[in-house]
Amino acid sequence: MSDTLRPTDSQSPQPVQPLLARIKRRSFFMYAGATAGATALALAGCSKDETTPSSAATNVSFGTGDASVLNYAYALEQLEAAFYAKVAALTTSPLLAAEVPYFAKLATHEAIHRDFLRTAINRDFGGTIIPDLTPKFDSIDFTKRVKAATDTKLGILDAAKAFEDLGVAAYNGAAKLFKGSVYLGIAGQIVSVEARHAAYVRDLITPGSFATNEGTDVLGFDRQLTPTAVFAIAQTFVEQKLDASTIGQ
Amino acid sequence: MDFFKIIDQLSEVDADVMGRFDSRRSVFNSLGSMAKRTALAATPLFLGSLFQKAYAGTTSTAVEVLNYALTLELLEADFYRQFIATGFIPTGAPANAIAQIKKHEDAHVKLLSGAISQMGGKPVAGTDTTGVRFKGLPAGIPNTYAGYLSVAQLLEDAGVRAYKGRAGELIGTDLLTTALQIHSVEARHAAHIRTMRSQTPWVSPTDDLASHPVYTSGLTSGSTAPTSITAGGSSYGIPAYSAASPVENNTTQSGVAITTALANQYTAADAAASFDEYLQAAEILDASRAGGLALLS
Repeated sequence: MSDTLRPTDSQSPQPVQPLLARIKRRSFFMYAGATAGATALALAGCSKDETTPSSAATNVSFGTGDASVLNYAYALEQLEAAFYAKVAALTTSPLLAAEVPYFAKLATHEAIHRDFLRTAINRDFGGTIIPDLTPKFDSIDFTKRVKAATDTKLGILDAAKAFEDLGVAAYNGAAKLFKGSVYLGIAGQIVSVEARHAAYVRDLITPGSFATNEGTDVLGFDRQLTPTAVFAIAQTFVEQKLDASTIGQ
Repeated sequence: MDFFKIIDQLSEVDADVMGRFDSRRSVFNSLGSMAKRTALAATPLFLGSLFQKAYAGTTSTAVEVLNYALTLELLEADFYRQFIATGFIPTGAPANAIAQIKKHEDAHVKLLSGAISQMGGKPVAGTDTTGVRFKGLPAGIPNTYAGYLSVAQLLEDAGVRAYKGRAGELIGTDLLTTALQIHSVEARHAAHIRTMRSQTPWVSPTDDLASHPVYTSGLTSGSTAPTSITAGGSSYGIPAYSAASPVENNTTQSGVAITTALANQYTAADAAASFDEYLQAAEILDASRAGGLALLS
């Protein structure tokens, strides 16, 4: 798939230049607009078989305007939904019995966010939808509830906390990029649910840490991060290269 | 911060924005001189005052939005003060959590109050005995730990809905970001309080308080929506109320039926829990919700 989209990649030993990749992606979308349905299907089918190592992974651009901000949210919701779906599908879960049904709810909520954003983007910004992302969860140990001090991989709760806190910071930082108040409203309706999730997961790891501030944050205020800062963290969990440079432009 | 970009963004949603400033030239001149003089130009508060001037007398102002938020934060802070003073809260995790939340509400009060002052507005105020305060437990709520905790849930979930209801008025500004950084912390508070009460962290149709007006919408029958609030030494306008907001059990978002119109089918309960809903200021300040819990003298 990546060969079809960007045939020059394999010929270049150097990292792809973001600008060049962006132009290519845009021109691809211009072409894809005419056959959006078939293209989306092809992309979806392709990503399931994606085995390309990240060093040669395709570049995902997000376009501009409100469509880019919604696609940005859609990318994060795809990751969260894929993570919780994997947790829910475990035949032997390290989670406590009481936590399993709650994690099933988290999986459903994130799947709803993902499906809703896909529907909204296709309805209002036809042809701009980003492809299905290929999750890369090799930094997560799904046999561990919480990582031990000596573990290098995240446990399920550690990863859930990372995803939820990142989601909150991402929505908080992206809100001002919206030009349309309808989408701002929707983002606001989702971010508080992400914050509820974050509080729940944090309390499981350390009771009472529902709104603990880490690092340089000010007491009583959640973080807000730019798309670039969010992707610097989220990139760990995705095969494709995420390009934040045009989001909200 | 890029003032010009933000002004450009604003002009896309409001074609008349330049006309609202004294003149294009004077705005740019004042930005230039401010930037030279001080780093104040890089603060959202300065930008807020620019919008405050630009929108005065037309739609709601940023100061009005912040004074509304400040009213609710003062109410929450005083509620937790009184809750702690009852001595009902078990020591250990519960007392630590309530103390932590109280600290956050105090921080919100301090920030909002300071921002309003810097924008040239007059912040509403509240002390233990004057201004915006918690009125005391409403009729029907037992004077117990559990009773106070149920009011805490109502206040936090109402707060989450309240910030959502007015975020659109701050669109394209850094004040919006600040408001959202408070909004999501209120949601964390709500989740924790709900967990303390053995409810799900998210809103659910099976909540023990699901039928409370905080989770529905509309005004108390026979009441009239206020157009302004006078409290704690200040007055501010609130947007006109037209029709009831969505209820928390709403399952349709942006015209999309979440239960049936997506790639997968979902239950009504899951559809409702996945999206929190907004309430308008008139609804939040209604006697059935925060308005009934507050003294606004």
